Amino acid sequence: MTVQLIAMQLFSGLALGAVLIMVALGLSIIFGMLGIVNFAHGALFMVGAYAGLYVAGLTGSFWWALLIAPVMIGLFGMLIERFLIRPLYGRSPDDPLLLTFGLGYVLVEAVRILFGTDGIPFSTPAALRGVVNLGIGFFPLYRLFVIGVVVAVLLLLWIGLEKTKFGLIVRAGSADPLIMRVLGVDISRLWLVVFGIGVGITALGGVLAAPMRNVSPEMGTLVLAEAFVVTVIGGMGSLPGAVIAGLIVGVSVSMTSLFAPEMATIVMFALMALILLVRPNGLYGRAAPGL
Amino acid sequence: MTNGIETLASRPIGRRAALIGLAGVAGTLSMPWIARAQAETIRIGFPTPLTGPFAAEANDQVRSAQLAVKLANDKGGIAGRKVELLVRDDKLNAGEAATRTLELIEKDKVHAVVGALSSAVQLAVNEVTRARSMLYISISQSDTINEIKDFSPYTFHEALNPTMTTAVVARHSFKKGSKVAYLVADYAYGHEMLRGFKRAAKEIGAQTVSEILHPFGAADYSTFIPTILSSGADILCICNFGRDQANSIKQAVDFGVKDQMKIVVPVLLHNQRLAVDPEVFEGVTGGANYYWGLEETMPSAKAFNDAFRAMYKGTIPTDYGAYGYTGVASLLIAIEKAGGTEPQKVIAALEALKYDIAKGEQSYRKCDHQSMQSVLVLESKAKKAMKSDADLFKIVAAEPASESVLRTCSELGFKS
Repeated sequence: MTVQLIAMQLFSGLALGAVLIMVALGLSIIFGMLGIVNFAHGALFMVGAYAGLYVAGLTGSFWWALLIAPVMIGLFGMLIERFLIRPLYGRSPDDPLLLTFGLGYVLVEAVRILFGTDGIPFSTPAALRGVVNLGIGFFPLYRLFVIGVVVAVLLLLWIGLEKTKFGLIVRAGSADPLIMRVLGVDISRLWLVVFGIGVGITALGGVLAAPMRNVSPEMGTLVLAEAFVVTVIGGMGSLPGAVIAGLIVGVSVSMTSLFAPEMATIVMFALMALILLVRPNGLYGRAAPGL
Repeated sequence: MTNGIETLASRPIGRRAALIGLAGVAGTLSMPWIARAQAETIRIGFPTPLTGPFAAEANDQVRSAQLAVKLANDKGGIAGRKVELLVRDDKLNAGEAATRTLELIEKDKVHAVVGALSSAVQLAVNEVTRARSMLYISISQSDTINEIKDFSPYTFHEALNPTMTTAVVARHSFKKGSKVAYLVADYAYGHEMLRGFKRAAKEIGAQTVSEILHPFGAADYSTFIPTILSSGADILCICNFGRDQANSIKQAVDFGVKDQMKIVVPVLLHNQRLAVDPEVFEGVTGGANYYWGLEETMPSAKAFNDAFRAMYKGTIPTDYGAYGYTGVASLLIAIEKAGGTEPQKVIAALEALKYDIAKGEQSYRKCDHQSMQSVLVLESKAKKAMKSDADLFKIVAAEPASESVLRTCSELGFKS
């Protein structure tokens, strides 16, 4: 085992971390801002990938798919919020959880009916094929691109939430919706937009994952588990938490792959259990609102 | 039955004789029942995972099995009886499969069971059919089902098994001195394939340089690849099934694995190849029980494909689908030869059977009831070499049926 291999393994872990952050981001935003545990997250991720496939087929371009599919599914998310989730605000937090859980099943079955149960090919865009020499080894260009997109999305989110008036209102609204209402802010419109953004980012994750994981109706099942692990370790609803947790999980999985590869999936859950024992709210978590 | 009546007439009536006589009368009275039972429909139970990750393969199996039933009914049935296929969804779950199989036997009164599409589920069905002395044609890859501890005299294994598949694939892809890295799904299927390949590699003189077990159903393989790339292997042998196969090959290719080594898989799956771009699979070599392209050289394959095309709007049968056809068709031929569904007679007929219905001569070995059959080695074609959307593979070799690729009966624990 050479130093080069260990270095390469470490890098693969960080890259996998970026993929995991991307996978978890939508779940984290929706929980952090609205307190909704979105169990349809995995299904929406999958629907995003199918939307990407559809747009790419229509336009012949991966880039349009990357832009349009998240917007399409984001709007679809707004419809879900407006007509399905909004009537449940103010009731037990279990209600939206159960609703999204069922919605997940409906979406998977709908996709099976519309596009079939077989997987569908999704090519890596021609401009992003091939490998790059990192000095310690070769790495696929496409995965480097994914890291870039994740960094860009995180940056946009950070600016949007911390540096704009809209972000200020969102943060205030999630801290105390009643006071915001008293101050005359239309909270329901705000939540509609935040839910849409969360779902849109989830769909973006699906489109980005498609060239790596192939597209199939079941592709969201594992994603839901991965996203929960990252979100729970980071602390439900904390963006910096999700970033740190994604990287920790990625590196743990990667290092386990080197020494005990058959444990590579289980290590995520072991890590989650361990961190919950020491910090019940996760690394950066506050006590969950309403739970 | 006539014997009973003669005894009654020629001897003084004793209690024993009276009983025998009564039995004779009862026998005579039940004659119409027997006659009616003869005309009764032959019911074949078919548990298969219609939902879940192997749904594509399972639906192909059902279509092929229905073709076998239709062809039998079109020529007037088997031994004068109509044939009916009772398909049940086993959800790729051993418990579900056992329950459905029990229902098929107890409630639907099937005469035989064919099906299951995962080694673990198949063994669960085998347990049930063995306990009920029910005929079972198993159609999914398994080595365990051949071994004496799981052997049922009522079970016939129509699918290939990992030992024979890997022996033939290794023969056409490993060389003396080859360095092989293995990426293996960490469950029965992967383990059995790995064991088979290593057994074959030892004979050939190929060397194992790396052995990685990956969790079943993993979504990301990127963290296994640096080890593979630094192993110095010239062959990467990926032993997994279904979506795992498509995803792991895709990601290995993304990392440039194909520039350094050849990718070999135990079973090259038609449907998984369709789920990924041709460039990704280009040059990947693997085994198969069936490929429609056999029709160019084999009349029975041509007949099977043509019948399939006629029934299903010009589409072609796939590898795992073909098991549904050969499994049901071989059983029906044996029932015809046996003159009915009496299990012992059908068993004798299956053991003596020589059949060529899709892929060359086949027969069941007496000790473990394994179907000895041709094994294909396929190579995935480049996109520009494909003449049509279904023209996926080049047939590298079609090794005819041979006992030499199987473990011997005594190795499996049978006394010869």
